[in-house]
Amino acid sequence: MSMQRRDFLKLLGLSTLVGGTGGGAVFNVLKPGELEASTAKFKSTSGRTWAMVVDVRKFTPDQYGKCIKACHREHNVPDFGNPKDEIKWTWTDDFEHTFPGQGHEFMDEALESLPFLLMCNHCEKPACVRVCPTQATFKRASDGIVVMDPHRCIGCRFCMAACPFGARSFNWRDPRKGGFPMVGDKPVIPNPEYPTRTKGVVEKCTFCPERLVLGKEPACVEATEGSGALVFGNLEDPHSEVREVLGTHYTIQRKPELGTNPRVFYVIGG
Amino acid sequence: MYDKGKVIVGLVVFLGFATFPFYNNIGKKSAVPEPNLKTPVIEQMVVKKCIEPKEIMRGEHMQILNQWRDTVVREGERKKMTIGGVEIDTSLQKGCLHCHSNKKKFCDACHNYLSVKPYCWDCHFDPKERDV
Amino acid sequence: MLDKAISGSRTYWAWLGFLGLISAAGFVAYLFQFNYGLGLTGMSRDVTWGFYIAQFTFLVGVAASAVMLVIPYYLHDYKKFGKVVILGEFLAVSAVSMCILFIFVDLGQPMRVMNVVLHPTPNSVMFWDMIVLSGYLALNIVIGWHTLHAEKKGVAPSPWVKPLIYLSIPWAVSIHTVTAFLYAGIPGRHLWLTAIMAARFLASAFAAGPALLIILCLIVRNVSKFDPGKEPIQTLGKIVTYAMTANVFFFLLEVFTAFYSGIPGHQHSLEYLFFGLDGYSRLVPWMWTAAALAIVSLVLLIMPGLKKNEDILAIACGTVFVSTWIDKGMGLVVGGFIPNPMERVTEYTPTFPEVLITIGIWAIGFLILTVLYKVAISVREELAGN
Repeated sequence: MSMQRRDFLKLLGLSTLVGGTGGGAVFNVLKPGELEASTAKFKSTSGRTWAMVVDVRKFTPDQYGKCIKACHREHNVPDFGNPKDEIKWTWTDDFEHTFPGQGHEFMDEALESLPFLLMCNHCEKPACVRVCPTQATFKRASDGIVVMDPHRCIGCRFCMAACPFGARSFNWRDPRKGGFPMVGDKPVIPNPEYPTRTKGVVEKCTFCPERLVLGKEPACVEATEGSGALVFGNLEDPHSEVREVLGTHYTIQRKPELGTNPRVFYVIGG
Repeated sequence: MYDKGKVIVGLVVFLGFATFPFYNNIGKKSAVPEPNLKTPVIEQMVVKKCIEPKEIMRGEHMQILNQWRDTVVREGERKKMTIGGVEIDTSLQKGCLHCHSNKKKFCDACHNYLSVKPYCWDCHFDPKERDV
Repeated sequence: MLDKAISGSRTYWAWLGFLGLISAAGFVAYLFQFNYGLGLTGMSRDVTWGFYIAQFTFLVGVAASAVMLVIPYYLHDYKKFGKVVILGEFLAVSAVSMCILFIFVDLGQPMRVMNVVLHPTPNSVMFWDMIVLSGYLALNIVIGWHTLHAEKKGVAPSPWVKPLIYLSIPWAVSIHTVTAFLYAGIPGRHLWLTAIMAARFLASAFAAGPALLIILCLIVRNVSKFDPGKEPIQTLGKIVTYAMTANVFFFLLEVFTAFYSGIPGHQHSLEYLFFGLDGYSRLVPWMWTAAALAIVSLVLLIMPGLKKNEDILAIACGTVFVSTWIDKGMGLVVGGFIPNPMERVTEYTPTFPEVLITIGIWAIGFLILTVLYKVAISVREELAGN
């Protein structure tokens, strides 16, 4: 009968502890995080799987607006000023609507009225990607980000029906006609370095690949820098800050029962 | 043959319509456009050249752009290239237009002549017109 | 045979002209939508499919129902359907054409529609829906046209048609099953996430399609010398009865599961549809109309002897058609989006251009149907004349 790897490691750890030499190194192997990391099934090709922790305890009231503004400015998210044409990448809602069915009538009133930052969950098994007929939305093999290729989108909006988190928006009309403040007959585009979209395609939060490639954090995370309200990092690295927070706090995901496995986690108390 | 007269009249009318663009333009000649290459960045280039020879660029720049957009958007590879001493991104905005910062005299000159309307600019921006 | 379509009475041309005018109006409205974007419709971030997809879903059912004629005629050798089976096949052609148009006008970037073929994606149900719908269209055109042509010449259809006819049977089931899967495989939309969806779709399809066909048969008898016959119409009436009963039964199963289990998520959409949710109740009158019509239709169809009277049968079929059109169209599609994933309610009403485009596509569908029926009927009249 062959010995299981885990058992072998245990034995090895015990023996070195007793022996006294090199015990530290082996003991590290046995730390819960390490073992979990070695057995977790990540499929990324770069060894990085990006994730976000939203720590609502650390958010100050003005920070939500800052995050949303930073994101929407960075990506030229239009504002038509009416709910019918609305496009949003990140936004807030209260506990009851962020985690439907998870609250109850006697819950902490402070928590009940707290805003929660919402965005694309960059699910491990995204329903939007599964249904897209053209692979216009897809999961990046390198780092698990769920991206939109607006060049390919035919605007069927199947992904919007499929996303159980309401993360996706559609360009019901040309964003450059009515989506931005005008000077003369020209729209004022907040960030000319980043494209706008065209009418008839779907868009959503992307975890900012254009910033990640430069070694920067997503725009919303940068907007809360120093406060720890948003923690972004590599899930596959057991020493990353996200893993640190996830390993030491009680965190929840939106609608975990649907099996999409969101990569955005929430610290709600404690 | 039934309705011989009607058929012939119909054919003549159809041919008239179908060939209208040709006889309407007979004898007219529009000037062949000369894309302008004088921009601050190109002027300062050590060796004045593009990523591919002129002939290939002229015929295949759209395929190259399609390829770029797939490698950048879909594969997440944003490689930098050095062309004639100038470093550019795999990007329409930060690549092509970095040197060709005169969209009106470069891109539009040919596109208008050929009456093609690329939808790149529905989303992407052309930098401020800069030429020499 | 197509020449039969360009020689007709004044009424025929007037009818075609009328349909042509309506579809032209729809086309103009579509040009506006094409320029402005889908913002011209009543759809929003929360209700992302509306009137167009509602029509699409309903019409896939109408198309699939041709199989209710093909099975008795070709598998059970029920000869009496010999005269109407072509009407069913041509109805399917017209219905699938409308389906394709409804999908097309619902696209945000219609010029890129070929991306579905260029980047085939087998994990997307929509990809399969495209395949089965275009396949079904081709099957029915080929089968319908060829069998009619053979009939005209007084010869038996070529042997290669038989396998195609047999193939069209599971194919018809597949178009509606796949269409149901568009909805039934989506997590987080409780009204849609139900295993009985495909079965319910088929039941309502086999009620609505043959109901429409009965009405069409009655019209055909009135406006032409071709009589589909009393008995096939009565047999179709029986099919409608069984299918509509099953349809209502399946719906009640949904109601039981949602309300007896007491799971709020499963109840919300049904509550919205029939009673209103959080004070929003725009679809309530429509849904009760559908329910009332369904009950009326069942009474008329099931009460012994009533449907023997063709006028009553026609009324029953009309109620079945409208009832399923509301329930499976707006009720199912819009109801699925309400409440939204954050459990908030955003309502939806189609706009004027949206309705105009929709009516325009229906007009195109009827135009196709009229032309195809004209050909079939002319061939029959000619044969009867000889």
